[in-house]
Amino acid sequence: MIDTYVIPLIKILFVLNATLIGVTYMVLLERKVIAWVQVRLGPMRVGPYGVLQPIADAIKLILKEDITPTRADKWVFTAAPIIVMVPALITFAVIPFGPTVHLFGRDVPLYITDVNVGLLYIVSVASIGVYGIILGGWASNSKFPLLASLRASAQLISYEVAVTMTLVSLIMTAGSLSMVRIVEAQNEANVWFIFVQPVAFVLFFIGGLAETNRAPFDMAEAEQELTGGFHTEYSGMRFALFFLAEYANMIVVSSVATTLFLGGYLAPFPNVDALNFLDIVPGWIWFLLKTFLFLYVFLWVRATLPRYRYDQLMRLGWKVLIPVAIANVIVTGIVKVLL
Amino acid sequence: MATETRQMFDTEELVINMGPQHPSTHGVLRVVLRLDGEKVVSSEVVIGYLHRGIEKLSENRNWTQIILLTDRMDYVAAATSNVGYCQTVEKLMQLEVPRRARYVRTAICELQRIASHCLWLGTHAMDIGAMTVFLYAFRERELILDLFEEYCGARLTYNSMRIGGLPLDIPVGWDKKVLEFCNIMSEKVDEYEELLTHNRIWLERTRGIGVITAEQAVAIGLSGPPLRGSGIPKDVRKDEPYAAYDEMKFEVPVGTAGDTYDRYLVRLEEFRQSIKIIRQAIEGMPEGPIVGKVPRLIKPAAGETYHAIESPKGEIGYFIVSDGKSTNPYRFRVRPPSFCNLQALPQLIKGHLVADVVALIGSIDVVLGEVDR
Repeated sequence: MIDTYVIPLIKILFVLNATLIGVTYMVLLERKVIAWVQVRLGPMRVGPYGVLQPIADAIKLILKEDITPTRADKWVFTAAPIIVMVPALITFAVIPFGPTVHLFGRDVPLYITDVNVGLLYIVSVASIGVYGIILGGWASNSKFPLLASLRASAQLISYEVAVTMTLVSLIMTAGSLSMVRIVEAQNEANVWFIFVQPVAFVLFFIGGLAETNRAPFDMAEAEQELTGGFHTEYSGMRFALFFLAEYANMIVVSSVATTLFLGGYLAPFPNVDALNFLDIVPGWIWFLLKTFLFLYVFLWVRATLPRYRYDQLMRLGWKVLIPVAIANVIVTGIVKVLL
Repeated sequence: MATETRQMFDTEELVINMGPQHPSTHGVLRVVLRLDGEKVVSSEVVIGYLHRGIEKLSENRNWTQIILLTDRMDYVAAATSNVGYCQTVEKLMQLEVPRRARYVRTAICELQRIASHCLWLGTHAMDIGAMTVFLYAFRERELILDLFEEYCGARLTYNSMRIGGLPLDIPVGWDKKVLEFCNIMSEKVDEYEELLTHNRIWLERTRGIGVITAEQAVAIGLSGPPLRGSGIPKDVRKDEPYAAYDEMKFEVPVGTAGDTYDRYLVRLEEFRQSIKIIRQAIEGMPEGPIVGKVPRLIKPAAGETYHAIESPKGEIGYFIVSDGKSTNPYRFRVRPPSFCNLQALPQLIKGHLVADVVALIGSIDVVLGEVDR
C-alpha cells in the first residue's frame, strides 16, 4: 500500500512542485544571465536582486484578462497550451535524479518510475508538445501565428528524426532504454558517454536547441519577424503556459542530456582515486549542477547568436544532422561488433 | 513541377500586412506582402503614417525657425539635417562660415554618423536575432548623446546649428572628451565585428540576400551606404566637400556584391573612417569666431538653390526658393535619403523569405520621420 501508492504520490508531488518552481526561476535566471552578458542588471526591483520577480510575474499573468479572439477555434485554442505544458511535465517521471537513498527506514529510489523503455517514452512524449504549438498557431485564426505553426511543423520533422537517430547510437552503447540502466551503464563502464559518443552529444545538443524552440532556432516565435509567432493571440494564463512550457522543455532536454551523456547523478570521474572526496556530495546535487550547466549554455547561446532562417534550419537538419547521425549509428555498430 | 503541385492542391497566396505596428519595421512603415508559403511574391510599401507636413510648415516659418523643424525629420541624425539646411541657406545668401565653425560642424556630423550607425547596427542585428549587439551599440550611442547634451543641451533634437555658424562654442574640455570617446569607440567597433562579421549564422543570413547591382542602384537613385555597398564610390563628402571635409583625410569604403553583408561591412568601415575624421577635426581645430557676418534679419535675395550633404543614410538635399520679399522661404523641399532608398525595398525583398524582409528593411536603414516628413 505505502510502497505502491503513498511514496510515488509524494514523489510526484515533490517533483512537480520542484519543476514548476524551477521553471519560474528559470525565467528569472534567463533575464539575469542575458542581462549580465549585455552589461546591464536585469530585474532589480521586486525583492533583493529581483528574486521575487517570478512571483510578481505569475500574479500578473493570472490576474490578466484572458482573451479568446472571436474568430478563433475556442476548444483547440484552449487545449493548445495544455498540450504544450503537460508533456513537458510528465517527462520527469522517468528521469533518475539520484541514487537510491535511505529515508525513514526505507530504501527510496530517487525517480518516480523506472520504465524499461524510458528513453522511448521521453522521445514520444516530447514530440507531443510540438502539436500544441502547431494547434495554437492554427486555432488562433490569424496570419502570423499560422506562419509560425507552419515553421514549427517543418522544424519538428527535421529535428525529431535527427535526435532519435542520435539516441539510437547511444542506446547501442548503453545496451538499454531504461534511464536508470543508462546511468548505471556509465557507472560500470567508468566513463561518461560524452567521451564515448562525442558526436552524438553535439547532435543531441543542437537538436535539443531546435526542439525546445530556443535561439538560434526560435523561428516559430521569432518576435522580430512574426511578432511573437504562435502565441501572438494568447494572453493571460494561457500565454503563461506556453511561456513556461518552453522553459520546462529546456529543463527536460538538459536533464535528459545530463542523464545520457554526463552520467546523471554520478560524481565526475569515479575511476580516478584522487577525486574520491567528491563522493561526499549527494548524487542529486551532481545531477542539478550538471543540468544547470546545460541550462546556462542554453541562455548563453541565446544571448550570443543571431537566428537561423527557416529554410537554413531545414537544410542543416536534413543535409547535415541526419546523415551524421546515421553515420554515427553505423560506426557505433561496427565498433560494437569488432570489440 | 511547381505548377503541377499547384494544380493538385488548392493553394492561394497569403496577403499579410506587416506594420505599421510591426516591431521590425523601424517605426510606422507598412509593407503589404503577398506570400507563397513564406516566399514574397510581391509587395507594396505604404508610407505616410508620420507625415507632419514639415515642408509646407517651413514655408510659414522664418529662416531660423526652420532649423528646429529639420531636427524632426531624421530624428536619429538631427544634427546632420541641421547642418544641411544651414549650409543651403548660407549658399543662397553667399555667407562665409568661419573655419572654426566648419571644423566643429565636421566633428558633429561625424559624431552623428556614428550615433546613427550605432542605432542601425543595433536594430539590424536585433532583427536578425542577435540581441546583445543591440545593447552594446546603444551603450556607445549613449556616450555620443552625452557629448551632444554637453554641447547643446539636447539629446535627440539638437537644434545645434545656426545660419552662418554655430549657436555656441564648444564647452571647455569637450574636445578631450571627444578624443577619449574616439579611443573607446575604435575598440568597440572591433567588438561588434567579433560578434557578427565572421559569425556563420550572420553570414548565412546576410550574404547574397537582397543583391542590388551597381546599375540598378543608380537607376533607383540610391545614395549613401546602400549605393556604396553596390560598389559605387559616391560620397558627397568627397565629391563636393562641404564644412571642412576638403581638409580631412579619409577613405570611402565600397562593397563588391551589393548584398546585405556588403552594406553591413561598408557601414562598419564608416565607423572607423568617422573616428578618423573626428580625430583630425578635433586635433586640427583652429581658433577664431564661430559665427560669420550674418545680417540681423535673414532675408535672402530672390533666387533658388539646391545643396546636398552626406547624411548617415545617404544624400540629404535641400531645395529652397526665396522670393526676396518675405522672411520665410517661398518653397522648401527636401530630398530625403531614406525616402529614395526605400524605393528599392520591393525590388530587394522579391523572392526572399519573410525573415529576410526584416533583415532588408534594416539593411537599407530608413527613418520614417524622414520618409514621411
